[in-house]
Order: sequence, then structure tokens, then C-alpha cells
Amino acid sequence: MKIAISATGENKTDLMDSRFARCAFFQIYDTETRELSSVKNVAQDQEGGAGVASAQQIIDLGVNLVISWKVGPNAYGLFKKAGIKMLTSDCISIAEIIEAYNKGDLKEIEEAGPAHHGS
Amino acid sequence: MVPNKSNLTIKDNKVNIGILSGKGGTGKTTVSTNLAVTLNANYIDCDVEEPNGFIFLDPKDIKTEQVYVNYPLIDKNKCVGCGKCVKACEFNALAMVNKEVLLFEQLCHDCGVCQYVCDYDAITYQERVLGIIDEGTYNNLTCKRGVLNIGEPMAVPIIKELLKGLENGLNILDFAPGTSCNVVNSLLNTNFAILVTEPTEFGLHDLKMAVQLVREFNIPLGVIVNKHIEGENMVRDYCKDEGIVVLGEIPYSKVAAEAYSTGKMLIELPEYKKIFEEIAKKIKEVFPWN
Repeated sequence: MKIAISATGENKTDLMDSRFARCAFFQIYDTETRELSSVKNVAQDQEGGAGVASAQQIIDLGVNLVISWKVGPNAYGLFKKAGIKMLTSDCISIAEIIEAYNKGDLKEIEEAGPAHHGS
Repeated sequence: MVPNKSNLTIKDNKVNIGILSGKGGTGKTTVSTNLAVTLNANYIDCDVEEPNGFIFLDPKDIKTEQVYVNYPLIDKNKCVGCGKCVKACEFNALAMVNKEVLLFEQLCHDCGVCQYVCDYDAITYQERVLGIIDEGTYNNLTCKRGVLNIGEPMAVPIIKELLKGLENGLNILDFAPGTSCNVVNSLLNTNFAILVTEPTEFGLHDLKMAVQLVREFNIPLGVIVNKHIEGENMVRDYCKDEGIVVLGEIPYSKVAAEAYSTGKMLIELPEYKKIFEEIAKKIKEVFPWN
């Protein structure tokens, strides 16, 4: 299973970015190989529709689960449609998030956060 | 550089004066409404996200028209889920999940590219209502405003429609704050720009941004200092350094604030009426359109 985490950097010591669609990188954790990789968020510098563009990127990467703080309405709807589960975390390091996930400490995101419309 | 710079020439005796500010809350609407009456000009509220000029002018015989925008309609029987339209959309208005194309209509800019790239003739367009345009009269002057529907993120189509059919004669355009697309699209229809600011660091900071934008369009400009306080000359000093004409200073006072807060025009106060008459005189000197 592939997990995508919104991140401020590419290392496991970097913190999670609280913003899903405007984060710099997505760190992808593969639960089978236990390997961590990273990919640049294509939507970070988009003028508008960042939620849609970043969610599309995650869907196209074949991700099964997303970890962020909140997820905006457009991305939330797309993840629901694609059957991708969303979990919420505080802005701790990626390594700590993986640990918390493995312990089952992260809660599900059950509603969309507010829309930001380009900001 | 901004493409398609405005090279507006004054046609059909139609002169458009744009009122902008940079910072919000400096008094664009106060200046626009009071100047429109003083100059005997039509008033056009282009701040379609929060138009408030009608509170002060209270125009009569209002006629309302709806403004429509197009959005793509995907024929599920014809769509094969190739994803070409999703990739082509510059505005992220389309997404694809499990070969199904999903539309985010509020993000659509009606550019037509999705229909253009579709090899299966699966995309047509439909209209939806984005907002309205109100038109009424104050004495013999035309007052218009655009009103964007709540929750809509995109104001430009309403501004374009609003400025398409302007009256001959003198029009005062009351802009949105900032230097966004909304302001840029209003500037495309502007012959002269009046920048309203206040003597604060924030006012000056955002004024500089607005000056930069107006200069990019080669539009003649002047500044009005609202809420002017004796001895606070930061705006005047900046204008002097930049060679920008100061068209007038509107004093900060409790009586003005009280009049404003009850929806009254400042020109109902004799001392302010005189100030607006002086500003109007100066405008005619600085922007000769006759």
C-alpha cells in the first residue's frame, strides 16, 4: 500500500506541511517495502485549482492513503470518489508520522476543510 | 510585462475614469460616488465581489440582468476516458478518476480547449448564472453595478460584461481593491486613473503597487489622499519624488465618518462639497478630455 504525506521537504526528518494542495513535496511511503520516496507537488505554484491538480497527481501515482492536516473540498471529493482514505496528523516529522500510522494513532479526515481559492 | 496594453483612445465622447487604491478601505467608493455626482458622471461599481456604491447613491428604477458563463458538459456515452481534456485544462477544472472525467465548474474559465482537444466529440457547453448586473438612475445619471454570486471565485466575466456597454459621456469606474485580475480587467477600459490612498504605511505600500500596475498600462494617473491628517505627508512626499500629481486631500474627521456610517454622501456636508468641487476642477485640468 502506498501512503502520500504532504511534506515541507524531501527527507524523513522534514516536517509535514499542514497545507495539502500547496505543500512543496509529497513523501510516498510504501508499506510493503518500507521505503520512502518523494515527488514534487505539481500544484504548489498553480494560480488556481491546486486542490484538483494535486489530488489528480496523487490519484495518478496510485496512492491508497493520504496523510495531511486538512484537505480542501475539491481534493476531498476526488479522494472520496477514488476511494483514497485520508488521515489527519499534526505537523510533526515524516518519520514520526509513519510511526504514529503504524501504531494506529492517526484519525480519519471525515469532512472537507475550507476552500482557499488560490491562496 | 502585461500583454495587450491598453491603448484606449477616447471614442464617441466616452471617457472612463478608474478609481483604484491598492489597499482596501481607503475610500474608493466614497471618492467614486461623491465625484460622480460632482462631475455629473455615470457611476459604475466594478467591485463585483462586494459592491457598495448603491448604498450611497440609492439609484431608482433598477433593471437587473443575469450574467452567464459557459461550462463543459461531458457526454458519458461518447467519452472514452482518454484524459486529453484533463491534461489540456490550464485551470485544473477537470480531473479524472477511474476513467471518469469530473468537472469543477467554478474553476472553468470557458477557454474552449477541452472541446478542441477531444477526439470523440464528447464535449459541449452549457450556460450557468454567475451573477447579475443592476442598472438604475440617480437624478439623470446612470448607475451600474455587477454582483458576483456568493461562493463564486471568479469575478472577471461579470466585470467584462459590465464594462462592455458603457454609456457615452463621463463614467466613473469604482474598482476592486488590490492589483488582481479584477483590477487589470477594469484598467483595460480606463482612460485616466485616480488612486485613492490614506496616509498610513500600509496605504503607501499598496499605493506603490497600484502605481506600478497603472504605469504598466501607460494610463495617466493622479492621487487623492483620503483621511488626510495635517502633518502626515508621506504620500505627498512619495508623489513628489515620483512626479505624480496629487489631485486633492480629503480630511479625516468624525463628521465624515458619521455621515459615511449612515449611508450619506460626503458632499451633503458643505465643507466636503467644496473639497470635491476643487478636486473635480483639478481633475479637469490634469486630464483634459474635451
